[in-house]
Amino acid sequence: MAVGILDVDLCGPSIPRMLSVGKPEVHQCDLGWVPVYTDAQKSLALMSIGFLLEDPDEAVVWRGPKKTALIGQFVSDVAWGELDVLLVDTPPGTSDEHLAVLENLKKQHKVDGAILITTPQAVSTGDVRREITFCKKTGLRILGIVENMSGFVCPHCSECSNIFSKGGGEELAKLTGSVYLGSVPLDPLLTTSIEEGKDFIQTFPDSATFSAINSIAQTLLTSIQNP
Amino acid sequence: MADIPSDAPQHCPGTASEQAGKTSACQGCPNQNLCSSGATKAPDPAIEEIAEKMLTVKHKILVLSGKGGVGKSTFSAHLAHALASDATKEVALLDVDICGPSIPRIMGLEGEQVAGLSLCLSPRYVEDNLAVMSIGFLLSSPDDAVIWRGPKKNGMIKQFLRDVDWGELDYLIVDTPPGTSDEHLSIVQYLSSARIDGAVIITTPQEVSLQDVRKEIRFCQKVQLPIIGVVENMSGFVCPKCKNTSQIFPPTTGGAERMCEEMNLTLLGRVPLDPRIGKSCDEGKSFLTEVPDSPAAAAYHSIVQSIQAYCLSHVTREESAG
Repeated sequence: MAVGILDVDLCGPSIPRMLSVGKPEVHQCDLGWVPVYTDAQKSLALMSIGFLLEDPDEAVVWRGPKKTALIGQFVSDVAWGELDVLLVDTPPGTSDEHLAVLENLKKQHKVDGAILITTPQAVSTGDVRREITFCKKTGLRILGIVENMSGFVCPHCSECSNIFSKGGGEELAKLTGSVYLGSVPLDPLLTTSIEEGKDFIQTFPDSATFSAINSIAQTLLTSIQNP
Repeated sequence: MADIPSDAPQHCPGTASEQAGKTSACQGCPNQNLCSSGATKAPDPAIEEIAEKMLTVKHKILVLSGKGGVGKSTFSAHLAHALASDATKEVALLDVDICGPSIPRIMGLEGEQVAGLSLCLSPRYVEDNLAVMSIGFLLSSPDDAVIWRGPKKNGMIKQFLRDVDWGELDYLIVDTPPGTSDEHLSIVQYLSSARIDGAVIITTPQEVSLQDVRKEIRFCQKVQLPIIGVVENMSGFVCPKCKNTSQIFPPTTGGAERMCEEMNLTLLGRVPLDPRIGKSCDEGKSFLTEVPDSPAAAAYHSIVQSIQAYCLSHVTREESAG
């Protein structure tokens, strides 16, 4: 399967580090910008403003119109090639980046839908309710809700602690008539892998966390293949 | 002229922006000639109006982060509670996270919307000496989304600063959304003639967070905003059963401590993960009152004291400079 990730979090681009691609240069070809591939097989293609910054600590201090313009370019000028799935990672909110990516994608592509991520707490689901309204108002199908940071199992004694409360994701799905895709626990092995840009799924295939993520991915695939 | 005139095209860059009249979106706009002549880039009179308003506000503190979900709003709320615990101090908390206004819930003011009075800009009071303003109060439903582009968000922030009757305040705390964009530029721009004491920057221990926080620090340097210091949130979790500590968000590159050493900044403190913090926020209560004896509460108090000391030392320095 060929997958692309478009990172439109222009102020806080985390995808390059999480996928451990270092500091590659972005080249142009006849068809546009060449995405950065994570492997020789080109199974995962990435584009992020993180690749375009000389200095990784450089702040992107841009107002909305400039962000909108770059996102337009990311959508139309990157030579993604044949992809099975393009994932778009967005910053929090319902503003320029979200409007820009949706408007530009819709010009030439079918947008299957949105996955909404929340933590279990009411403070988080409170904001996601507004994100759900954004989706409804813009005609974006909601593929489902994922509850992240859903409980922590102590590696020393196996006690489960609900650090960020419990159950909010499922309640939100019920309240808003959305599909509940599942929950992903807090897992220091996952957070360490992401920090170091390692492939968690390769390194810890037997973990409950992998099983949770995998189950969500399978449900999503089924959902987009059978709309 | 309004930042976005009513007859402006969809991607209007804003009349005060450097791109005013010059972007492709400007083609055909009736204001294009005026904007490109530079006439609309005259200093916004609101800046002086806001400076005038802010004369009765002794200390202004911005709470920033590069990254979302690190606990900015949680920290801002508890900073406000802690400062207001001194009944002789007047404190206000301004929430400029226009798209994701969490402050009303965290401060126990959810449902304080006044139906039909969407232009009402009176702050709401948690205590007699603790006022709060958020766009959350102007929305009639918890499902309402604020789907605004930058220029409209900027207009709201200007109104919050200029048109809210803040009165005499010892502290105005401004909670921001993550990033280095419209909201952050606008707050700094509109307060440019009023002195901001500084920014408190929130991070978690991970490099994925610090990476964005370094950008936030560069933003502060770029706009000459002093940095009071950095708070490392979610810094370790002590299992309530076996009391072992787990680093759920591991400081793989030395955490905030090393970043502060490298960038010559003050590490104000580290707050551990405590499920009771999130619970308090969800219930709109102050964690500091609910669980006063916890290590997290002690960490908050120490951080707040450092922030107060910074603000007071600034005043002393300015007074002696004459």
